[in-house]
Formats: sequence, structure tokens, C-alpha cells
Amino acid sequence: MSMDQDHRPDPDTLLAAIQKESTQRARGRLKVFLGMAAGVGKTYAMLEAAQKQRAEGRDVVIGYVETHGRTETDALTVGLPGLPRLPVVYRDITLTEMDLDALLARRPQLALVDELAHTNAPGSRHPKRYQDVQELLDAGIDVCTTLNVQHVASRADTVREISGATIHETVPDSMLDAAEIELVDLSPEDLLKRLDEGKVYIPERADVAAQNFFREGNLTALREMALRVAAERVGQDVRDYMQARQIAGPWKTGHRLLVAVSPSPFSEQMVRWTRRLADSLECTWIAAYVETSRTLSEEEQTRLTRHLSLARELGAEVRTTTDDDIVRGLLRVAQAQNVTQIVVGKPVDHPVLGSLLSGSLLPRLVRESGNIDVHIVRATPTTETRRPPLWRWPAESEWPQYAWVLAAVSAVTLVNLLLSPLVGPRSVALIYLLVVVGLALRLGRGPVFLAATLGALLWNFMFLPPRFTLYIRSFEDVMMFAMYFVVALAMGQLIARIRAKERMDRRREERATALYLLTLELGDASTWEQIERAVVGNVERVFNAKATLLSADAAGVLRGALEEKELSTAQWAFGHGTLAGRFTDTLPMAEAMYVPLRTTGAVLGILRLDWQQSTPPTLEQRNLLDAFVRHIALVLDRQRLHEAEATARILAHSEQLAQTLLNSVSHELHTPIAAIQSAASALQEAQTTTAQRALAGEIAQATDRLNRLVGNILDMTRLESGHVSPKLDWCDVTDLIHVALKRVAKDLEVHTVDVAAPPGLPLVKMDFRLMEQALVNLLLNAGTHTPPGTPVQIGAAAQENELVLTVADRGRGLPAEALPRIFDKLYRAPGTPAGGTGLGLSIVKGFVEAQGGSVRVANRVGGGAAFTITMPLGDPPES
Amino acid sequence: MSDTTANIPVVLVIDDEDQIRRLLRITLEANGYRMLEAAKGQDGLVEAASRRPDVIILDLGLPDLDGVTVLKRLREWSRVPIVVLSVRDRDEDKIVALDNGADDYVTKPFSTGELLARLRVALRHAQPASETVIFRTGDLEVDLSARRVTVKGQEVRLTATEYALLRLLVRHAGKVLTHRQILREVWGPTCVGRTHYLRVYMANLREKLEVVPSEPEIFITEPGVGYRLIPKE
Repeated sequence: MSMDQDHRPDPDTLLAAIQKESTQRARGRLKVFLGMAAGVGKTYAMLEAAQKQRAEGRDVVIGYVETHGRTETDALTVGLPGLPRLPVVYRDITLTEMDLDALLARRPQLALVDELAHTNAPGSRHPKRYQDVQELLDAGIDVCTTLNVQHVASRADTVREISGATIHETVPDSMLDAAEIELVDLSPEDLLKRLDEGKVYIPERADVAAQNFFREGNLTALREMALRVAAERVGQDVRDYMQARQIAGPWKTGHRLLVAVSPSPFSEQMVRWTRRLADSLECTWIAAYVETSRTLSEEEQTRLTRHLSLARELGAEVRTTTDDDIVRGLLRVAQAQNVTQIVVGKPVDHPVLGSLLSGSLLPRLVRESGNIDVHIVRATPTTETRRPPLWRWPAESEWPQYAWVLAAVSAVTLVNLLLSPLVGPRSVALIYLLVVVGLALRLGRGPVFLAATLGALLWNFMFLPPRFTLYIRSFEDVMMFAMYFVVALAMGQLIARIRAKERMDRRREERATALYLLTLELGDASTWEQIERAVVGNVERVFNAKATLLSADAAGVLRGALEEKELSTAQWAFGHGTLAGRFTDTLPMAEAMYVPLRTTGAVLGILRLDWQQSTPPTLEQRNLLDAFVRHIALVLDRQRLHEAEATARILAHSEQLAQTLLNSVSHELHTPIAAIQSAASALQEAQTTTAQRALAGEIAQATDRLNRLVGNILDMTRLESGHVSPKLDWCDVTDLIHVALKRVAKDLEVHTVDVAAPPGLPLVKMDFRLMEQALVNLLLNAGTHTPPGTPVQIGAAAQENELVLTVADRGRGLPAEALPRIFDKLYRAPGTPAGGTGLGLSIVKGFVEAQGGSVRVANRVGGGAAFTITMPLGDPPES
Repeated sequence: MSDTTANIPVVLVIDDEDQIRRLLRITLEANGYRMLEAAKGQDGLVEAASRRPDVIILDLGLPDLDGVTVLKRLREWSRVPIVVLSVRDRDEDKIVALDNGADDYVTKPFSTGELLARLRVALRHAQPASETVIFRTGDLEVDLSARRVTVKGQEVRLTATEYALLRLLVRHAGKVLTHRQILREVWGPTCVGRTHYLRVYMANLREKLEVVPSEPEIFITEPGVGYRLIPKE
């Protein structure tokens, strides 16, 4: 049994497989022609494949293909329509790029887009071409593209190690995860031969680098890498298939990795390393950042943001947590996420200091990690990575602090000179110490360090015998000097740390206050205007940006007094539900940032942020913005629901009024009819003359007709005012026919009625009363319009997924011109005898269609008309 | 008419329409009933309590109290048969009235013959049902003590559920039972939404017990509302 259970595919996995399949169907499919380097013939292979597709009748369009004038390649583009490229002017240079919008508008089945890793000219919608491709895929267009293995994000590091060239243009691995990969392979010797023959296009500016790059050793390594990427993909496909088809084989391991991300330049390598490990283990991975009380410099902040977005691009789930103890923070995330392995970098920063500072971290992590494995990965320094300097020249903003130190130390020295005859040199040292502590309360680390050093030296020089030398005579004084120095530094450090913590607390409090104020003001807002005012006020107070709230109309078009270009950026953000504009990856040349306000399911509006700062928002600002946006979206959603509810209430109210009116009309009309009818029937039964009885019979018949007419008019009114709401339930068709026949028995007296309903008809989901009325109307129609003695036939049968109910007569049939109009309201076929209002059949149509069925009419072979009602059978009820 | 005509049966009509009351008086008195009348719900309740009629005809649209409220108040203390006579012809209105204790529901306009027939059934139904151990109508005979069902003397085999359904209808012969009431009694309170059970079993019962199953004369469908068993007279 346990074996069986092990072999059963996990439902979640199956679901994911189905979703993957169905999203792939809705999205376009991506095919990547992967090669080891330029010149292996990727574009050629892609065009060849495209020609084959065209021959099969698919609509193939060249989005962007660069043949570099190679004749064989050029020849292959013949017959493939191409779109003109879009000129983009940037600083007086005109570059041409793929015209994404034209391609989206053209909507081919397959688009060819060369060079997936290409970086678009500044001012394009997306900075990277692969983002253009993603948009094409989202629009349901299949894409063929080419890629060199060195541009695969997770391999960029290895390529740098092998070839020494730093790769700037990378494509996230997630792009490849959903793609079909076709490897274009060529042996390094052949490639070099082609290079010699001048068949490989190399941009001139990179000539020297390229010569270095195209060495046989490099090429062999790159080829192996390309083969491996392709093989891994195939492996993944096979495994997906095996899992979906329940074939026993290597199952996904239960691993989950966590990589510790920091602003350190080495972190990037850790992230890539972890992605590779996750790939080979086939497991998910998390990138975690622990925020401590230490304030990050701007440079560190940028690096950290970059590392986290790299991790996201490579497919990691990103988590940040706050803890002054990095080890504790990491382990908390790891345990909460069921991580099995942690990846951390081996410290190389400072040969001595490093092991002192972080030396305590690693052993602790190893010791406290329990059953989680820890990988300690060596990071290799790259040209990019600069060791942070031990000492840097103080920034201009800190100069006044140093001036304060000099002044304070000078002043206290003067005081000490006056005091020293009275108190002795040791107390003087304590006074210096006091000053250092005092300064630490106000100033930064650097100035405090200076104060401590100056104080120590001055004390030694001026007060410690022998005075005015730096020489210290007694061992006790040496101790004193050393202790003073240590205490002063330690105090300075401690106080600085406390103050940093205080700063952080204050920032957090500010953040909480900002959110609280937003919540408070939004809580009171109920109309869009009030919400807008609260949002704009709060956002502008907290962020260094001008804010505008943009709303969309019913058609999803944004309103706002903006330039065309800005509005289209906003519209893009709205349509895609992702950030766009300044400081983002999409349309970064826009003036402002456009943040979609989304709840589950829908984008409710756009928050426009016109940043007044020139640097991208910090991680902290982004986090706070994120919290703001979520909250605003929730409030908008609430407001939308309120409005919808109010509309519904008004509607329900008017509905109720109409229903009341209908009821009262019905009451007023039916009551007198009831009186006439019962009086007439009483008269008929009373002992009177034959003539009187006959007259009473006439009254009764007329009353019947009047009653039916009133019924029809009321039914029609209900239908037209939308007050017919069928209560669908499982019904027995034989029963239905019997009930309807019983009601019209008197009217069909002069006809013969045949019922052909085979036993074992399935139950049908319908509203019994509406269907009964429809059938009664059809039967009355047949009874009134056909000569006495002719048969009326009722048939019921289940055909495929439908119930077919027919009422057929042997009358004169319908004139051809009446057939299409017979169900119209008040329409009466030419030549029909008097009586009837032309309402009965349109009521039939209305009632049947309200239940999801249909009704049609046809003349019969051999005379007469046949009305056919068709109702969906649906799934039979569970018994 | 049955053997209860020793005393003249008394009908209480609660209806606000004068004309309907006048007509009913003529019809009912011509057919051997004595009629009491009330134009308002409150008056009707007082009449019912003080005069103890044998059957009540109740209109739902009353000026002071809603008909359903009158019905509920009556049912708090009385088991007198109640026939609702109303212009309201929506299924919901009928179901609410029947679920709240009405025995039958006739919509206006009505034929006098139909109303008189319903009244007779309602009166007969008012006889204590527990005494009738053997129920007979037409060819059908149900022996409730022996759980034996025969048609023309031939024993018919019923499943447990079919029998439970038949017994319920027999015990309330003449009275309209809503889908909900039947489902709750026979299948239990969790099945009240599953009308398809009922359709299938009702078709089975007709197949086994009716002379012409497609033209049932005993197990009558009340469209959109429920079923009732009509004993032949």
C-alpha cells in the first residue's frame, strides 16, 4: 500500500502541470535556439524552422532579425513578411529597434525575434528585449528567438571565470523554464574556421575582446555549457512528463534552499551558485535578507536591491526579516519556510578583522542550525568588487562634528590645566573620559574615535609625568593609559550602536505612524474624492514625490490630465498590473512612476508618483510604498463594493415595487373574473331552463377566455420587466405532459391527442410551472388554429444532450412569411381566425429561453406545423 | 358525501371581497353547508375560536393581517382543515401556505365544482387518520398494519422507500404535501433540496400502482408545489 501511495502524483504537482499546460496554450509558446557563441548559425536555424512553419500555412512575421548581410541567411528571409523597425533617437544617434506595438497589432501566429539578450535603446518601452518577448507571449503570440549560452543569467558567472569577459546582458533563467530549447551545435574547430573565413559577425568595437573570447579552450567550455543547459531542459521535460503520467522515476526531492543575501558584492555569486544548486537538486529556493540596525550606505542599498531582484529573476522567493542578530534572523526564516539547506558566503573581506567580526557568525550558524545543512561557499573576487576601505576621508557633512571635537577637547584641556594641581593626573583622565562619553551622545563614530585618541595623547603629553613627553614611566600609568583608551573606544562604540538602534526604532515608528495616519484618514473617506484627497496628502507627506490618483472608466481606460506618453505608460501599468515608469524596468524614461492599485483579481486604479529625488527609492521607501499601495487598493475595493451594493439596493427596491404593482394588478383583474366565473358555474348547475343553462355556459366560456387573456398579459409583463426568474429543478417530462394536457383537456375535446413519450426519459432540469405554461400555450395554439377532428401529437425524446419536446398538428401549416416572425410579440399569422392575441407563442419563447432552452417552428411534410422545444439535459443528478 | 352529514358541516370564509363572500354563500348553502363569514383576519380568528367551524376557506390578501399569519395563529391551537383561496398563483406563495399548515390551495378564478370537491376532501381528511388501518381507493388497497399493498387483489412489492412515500401520502390523503415536506419525512432533513429523488420514486409508484401510469389518477402532481393522493369517491 505504501508503495502505491509513493507512486501517486502529488495533486498539487498535477494541478501545476495542468495549469502550466493551459497557460501555455493561452500564452504563446517560446522556442529558443541556443548556441555556444556567435556564429554557430542560430539565426539560420531559426529562419529555416520559420520557413517550414510558413510552408505548413502558419502566419509567420519577422519581428527583428539581424542577418549581418550573410547571403545564405538573407536567402532564408525571402517570403517572410517583416515589420519596419522603429527608429529611436537617443542623444542624436538614431538606433533602430523592434516595433513591439506594431507586432502586437499585427498579431501573427509566430514572430521571429533575434537576440533575446539584446538591450533596447534608452527610451524604449522595456530596457531588455526579453521583456518585449514576454509581452508578445502574454498576448498569445508564439515567438522564436536566439540566445548564446553566455547570456543565461545563472551561467554568466561561469562564463566570466572561463573567458574573463564580464557579461552585462543576461536573460533570466525563468524565461527558459517555460521555453522549448533547440540546441544549435557546431564544433569549436568548425567555428574557428568560419571565423577565419570572415563568416562570423563581430562588432568592431569588441574586436580585441572577441579575439580573446574565440579561443578553442573557451569555446569547448562554452559548448559543454550549452549542451548542459539544453540537456537539463530535456531532463526537466521528461521528468514533468513522467510525473504527470505517474511513471515511477526520480521524484522531486524535498529540498528547499535558502541563500543569505547581503549588500556585499560577493552576494551576487552566492545567488547564482544557489540557483545552480537548486537547478540540480530540482528544488525551490529562497533568498533571505536580514535587516539589522546598521544603516546601509547608498551604494550598499543599490547593491542589495540589485541582488534581491537578481534572485527574483533567477526564480527565488525573496524574504526579508528584521533582526539585529543575523544568525537568529536567518534561522527564523529557514525554519518558517522548511528550508533544508542554507548557503552562506565564506568571509574574505578582511583577513584578520573579518574572522574576528564574522568569525563568530559562521560557527554559530553551524552550531544553531540543527538539522539544516549549511553550505559555506567561497567567493572569488572580481574586478567589479572593491574591498570597502578601512578608512575613508570624512564627508563634508561631518566636518562640523570634527570641529566640535577639537573645540571640546581644547576646552577641557584648558580646564584640566587649571584643575591638575588640585586633583592629580588620574582624575584628569576621568574628565577626558567624561567628555568622550558626552561627545558620543551627539556625534558619529569617527569624531568620537578622534576625541578618544586626542584625549589620550593630550593626557599623556600634558599631565602624565614626565610631563610634555609621550613617555610613560610607571607600569601603573601604562595600564591607566591603555584602559582609558579601551574604555573610551568601547563607550563610543556602544553609544553609537544604541543611537543607531534608536534611529531605526524611530524610523520604524515613523513608518507605523505614516501607515496609521493613512489608515485613519482613509477609514473616514467614503467617496472617490475623499479617498483621493487622503491618498495624495499622505503619500506626499511621507514620500518625496508628487502624487496623483488615476481611475479608470468602465472600459478600462484611464482618465487624467496627462501627456499622451505619460498616460500610455499609466495605461500599460494598469493593463498589466505591474509597476511602470520612472525607476522601473518598463518605460523608465517616463517622468513619473505608475503603481497599479490591485487587489486579488482586478487593478482598481493607478497611483502616479512624480519623484522629486534623482535616486531610485530606497528599499525602505519601496517597502513602505508597497504597504501604502496595498492599503489604498483595499480601500478602493471596499468603496467599489459599497457602490455596487448601493446600486443593487436601489435595483432591488424598484424590483420590489414592480412586483407589488404586478401583484395588485393581478389581484384586481382576477377578483371580478372569479366572481363572474363562479356565478356562471353556479347558474349552470342551478335548476333552470335549457336556454338559461346555455347562456350561463356562454358566460363561463367567455370568462375562461378573458381569464386566459389576463394571464397572458400578466405573463408577458413579467417577462418584459425581467420578473421571470426560473427555479430550475429536476422534473419528470411524462408528468409535465400529463399536467399540461389535463389543463387543456376541454379545449382539445374536438381533437385526438397522441402522446409519444418513451418510458425511461431522463429527468430534465427546468422550471415546472414555466414549462407547463409553455406547453399549455403550444397546445392551445394547436387546438385553436386547426380544424376539429385533426390530431395533435406530443412527442418527447432525449437526443444526445438535449430533451426534444414537440407539439405537432395536421392543420394548414404556416405561410412561409410567418415562420420567422411567429414568436414575435402581437404577431398574428395572416389568415388565422379571430381570437387569440398574438401573445401566447412569444410567451412560450420567453419562458423556454429563460430556462436556457430554445424553441423553433417548421411546417411538416404532409401538412401542419410542428413546434419543437429543446432543453439542455446537463449532467444527471447524483442519486 | 360521506356518512358525516348527520350534522350540517359549517364553513368559515375569511375573505375581504364582499362579492366573493356573497357568491360563496349562495354556492355553499345550495350545496348543504352552513356558512360563517369574516372580512378581516382578526375577526376570522375570533370566529374560528368561538364558533368552531368544520372547515375554513381563507384568502391570503387580507386588509389587517397577512393570510399566512392568520394561518399560523390558527395552527397554534386548531387542526381544523384550511383551504386557501387566493389570486396569488406563484409557487412560493402556495408553498409557504402549505408549509404553514394549509391543507389545500385553490387559486382564483375557480370553478365552483372544483372548490366543492376540494372542500369535501378536506372535510374527510379531518377524520382521525389513525383509525383507518386499511386504506382503499379504486383498485388500490394499502394495509398499514400489515405493510401490504395490493392492486386488484394482487400483492405489489414495493421497496422500503417507495412504501415510506406511499404511507406518507396515505396518511395525508387529500392534502397537498410540498416537495420539502415529503423529502424531509421520507429522506430526512438533509435531503430537502433533492427533488430528483422524489421525481424518480413518484414515477416508480405510479408505474406500480396506477392503471395508466402516464395518466395518474391517484398520485396527483401539484405543479411547482408538490403532490397529493386523491382518494376516489
